[in-house]
Amino acid sequence: MRSWAMIETLSISGGYDKNGQFESVGDVQIRRGEIVGVVGPTGSGKSSLIADIEQLAQGDTPTRRTVFVNGRTPSREERTNPKKKIVAQLSQNMNFLANMTVGNFLRLHAKCRHVDKESTCEVIELANGLTGEPICEDDELTILSGGQSRALMVADVAIISDSPIVLVDEIENAGIKKHDALKLLAGFGKIVLVVTHDPVLALMAERRIIMRFGGMVKIVQTTKGEKLVSQNLKRIDEWMLTLREQVRQGELIEEVPDLVSALAEKTA
Amino acid sequence: MKLVIVAGTPGSGKTSILVHAVRLLKERGASVSIVKIDCLATDDDERYSRLAIPTLVGLAKDVCPDHFTVYNMEEIIQWARDNGAELLVVETAGLCHRCAPYTTGCLGVCVIDATCGPNTPLKVGPLLSTANIIVITKGDVISQAEREIFRERLLEMNPQAELVNANGLSGQGAAELVARFHDSPDVQVDSERLRHTAPLSICTLCAGETRVAREHHRGILRRIDGFQTYAGE
Repeated sequence: MRSWAMIETLSISGGYDKNGQFESVGDVQIRRGEIVGVVGPTGSGKSSLIADIEQLAQGDTPTRRTVFVNGRTPSREERTNPKKKIVAQLSQNMNFLANMTVGNFLRLHAKCRHVDKESTCEVIELANGLTGEPICEDDELTILSGGQSRALMVADVAIISDSPIVLVDEIENAGIKKHDALKLLAGFGKIVLVVTHDPVLALMAERRIIMRFGGMVKIVQTTKGEKLVSQNLKRIDEWMLTLREQVRQGELIEEVPDLVSALAEKTA
Repeated sequence: MKLVIVAGTPGSGKTSILVHAVRLLKERGASVSIVKIDCLATDDDERYSRLAIPTLVGLAKDVCPDHFTVYNMEEIIQWARDNGAELLVVETAGLCHRCAPYTTGCLGVCVIDATCGPNTPLKVGPLLSTANIIVITKGDVISQAEREIFRERLLEMNPQAELVNANGLSGQGAAELVARFHDSPDVQVDSERLRHTAPLSICTLCAGETRVAREHHRGILRRIDGFQTYAGE
């Protein structure tokens, strides 16, 4: 059912920073199934990097970067034909605006992508694994909460959009199991780039690209210690999500495990 | 001289994307003149004049802005020729979605806002269906799925169109758009024709009637039940 051949490598090279200087990291290569973080202060060029990848830039964007897929220059067709688009995007700013039920919307999308309509159930099931509040097929799309929307977008990108490259732009406050969401996307053999300030996401990436003045200045490999921290952060994140659900249900939260001191003991 | 006519729904980002496009053209040394046709008021000429290129503004007032553009096309083209322009960009305020201001020899660009919902492409008409290029703006605030549905709907309405995803704030897509500007033939006023006929609007309301009751209306009148009659001599 997969409509796209998976991509083995994505490379980005030849960019300039905001001062017109050649960026310190002149070449980055990302392999299939890899999660790469993109971090840096506001205005450091994270979104421009993501936009370059989204457009499969060929020296024709303000950064003058060139993007290669499987070591090749993508064809004009691959760059512009929406049906051949190999990059999907997910961001904090995205909303569902269509006046339709979840089921109808997913079926319409499946039709556009020539994907089996049955996959809509699979999408909802996957989404419900990522959010605390279950989504039903008959729910109106526009009334979904932020968490439900984000979960549905992730599941839809995984199954229906099915693009081999996924760009995730700041989903930190989404109210979904972020860790699982990224795992899910990468698990489908996708190349995942995550723009983030959130340590939960940044540390689960194998590497992270550090941005400054519009350029890539450094690549940090996630250490073993960081991977351990990442596991703990994941637990805290899931715990926060449970609490969030309890608050939403009108429950009292009087007893919670003393996670902070438990963690302190562990790291000591 | 090449002619590019840009139309689109209000607030869709026509001017924003054109400002980026014109800046790119200037960087490449092209001589561009720009005309903005609006309805009641505009401050877009200020945005364009910051680019230091010849800018002309036309306000259609109570005349349909697309009709206004057509009546004035000869003057507009002459004005641009006098400026020594290689490229004339005309931006019009598309209003009722029934008109299409594109002429046969121009490059017709329709700018549409992706947040207007996946059913809107079905309602826009010739403005969209007779364009050469459709520029989709604000796609970054809707989900990937909705963006894909939106694109599919656009192609349903205009299968020949080339789609460009653009962002009026960052200028994304402007380079792709500009790359197409030189594709059209040189404009010839004498042989230019509209691609689509202007909508039917020959009634007493067009001539200033304000009374609502049926008896005051003459001309070609279409009733809500679908019947069309001609009232008058």
